[in-house]
Amino acid sequence: MDLFNLGIRSIFIDNMIFAYFLGMCSFLAVSKKVSTAMGLGAAVIFVLTVTVPTNWMLNEYVLKEGALVWISPSLAEIDLSFLQFIMFIAIIAAMVQLVEMIVEKFAPALYGALGIFLPLIAVNCAILGGSLFMAQRDYTLAESTVYGFGSGIGWLLAIVALAAIREKLKYSHVPNGLKGLGITMLLTGLMGLAFMSFMGIDL
Amino acid sequence: MSAETVEKAIAKKPAEALLSKRRKKLISDPLVDDNPVTIQVLGICSALAVTTQMKPTLVMAIAVIFVIVMSNFVISLMRNTVPGRVRIIVQLAVVATLVTLVNELLKAFAFDMYKELSVFVGLIITNCIVMGRLEAFAMGNKPYDSVLDGFGSALGYSWIILAVAFFRELFGSGSLFGLPIYDYISGLFGPDFTLATNGLMVSPVGAFMILGIIIWVQRTKTGYVEH
Repeated sequence: MDLFNLGIRSIFIDNMIFAYFLGMCSFLAVSKKVSTAMGLGAAVIFVLTVTVPTNWMLNEYVLKEGALVWISPSLAEIDLSFLQFIMFIAIIAAMVQLVEMIVEKFAPALYGALGIFLPLIAVNCAILGGSLFMAQRDYTLAESTVYGFGSGIGWLLAIVALAAIREKLKYSHVPNGLKGLGITMLLTGLMGLAFMSFMGIDL
Repeated sequence: MSAETVEKAIAKKPAEALLSKRRKKLISDPLVDDNPVTIQVLGICSALAVTTQMKPTLVMAIAVIFVIVMSNFVISLMRNTVPGRVRIIVQLAVVATLVTLVNELLKAFAFDMYKELSVFVGLIITNCIVMGRLEAFAMGNKPYDSVLDGFGSALGYSWIILAVAFFRELFGSGSLFGLPIYDYISGLFGPDFTLATNGLMVSPVGAFMILGIIIWVQRTKTGYVEH
């Protein structure tokens, strides 16, 4: 039940976009069409679900203070946590490369539509943010898997909702200076306001 | 070719001034006309979360300036030796190393700030401005120019997040850099005069709204229209 709560929490209350502003770059840039947003969201879910548990294992068995004890007790003093950033980002970059190859092979249309943003998932803050939050909050393996998956869903929810609004927005008269990024920021703010109501849920 | 002609050939091309017009433009362009945040839509990711207070925002801005300038410099030095296929990984490694450096420095000398910024220092790695400048500029330009370009972009980014933080801290907490401005003001007008803080500004919603409005004002002034 705790895992279920964590999942709900990561989707709605700790939403990557509305609570932590993570992954804003691609969120703003790829939210013009629902279908593209859906594709990128799915890719983000996949990458998050894979990288967060992978990085958990890396953190637990290699990087943490005393994590290397399983090799030999004499290594108990070693603390490699300063390598966290580099190792996490390396795992993420490798996973993204994998996803890119899979998408190119099986869904060329989506590959074309996502364009530069597919390789850029590697530098999507939501992915690295997921791993860093996992390390900071001391999740277990099961928790971090659920957390990664839930955060991905929350991100997909946010980007698809925004894309749907922006598709309709094309037909409305927006002041010149507000066109594009400006109105999108205000919209995101309003959506965030709606998401704030989830904070009332007691889990 | 004799040594004399070589010398002449070199002398023909005078070295560019340390701060020539073109180089000044490298710094000044990203401040307003080509601002990385408001015009290019980059680097909004990790920054907004720290802008509830001025102090962490300032630290964040300094950290980002350091990381962008240094990574631009290092990548620019390596630009001719890095094969195109692995350049993203190389860039990430350089940036991650610099960010680790910043993180360790904060942990050692400003532990409170380190706790407050938490994961957001690490997220400088994925700040799109850093990678954007490396890809767009440092991979094809000389080190000194790259440093100037990085500095300009980082300054453009810094003033925007400081502006956001200014409004969020002032209206949200009634203070600036921790100084209780609202208390001073109500002190001037006697005990019956109180200013209420707006809790919305402290929440993420306030950040989106403030940034949206800043973008609006700035784009109206520069006349930039997105299609």
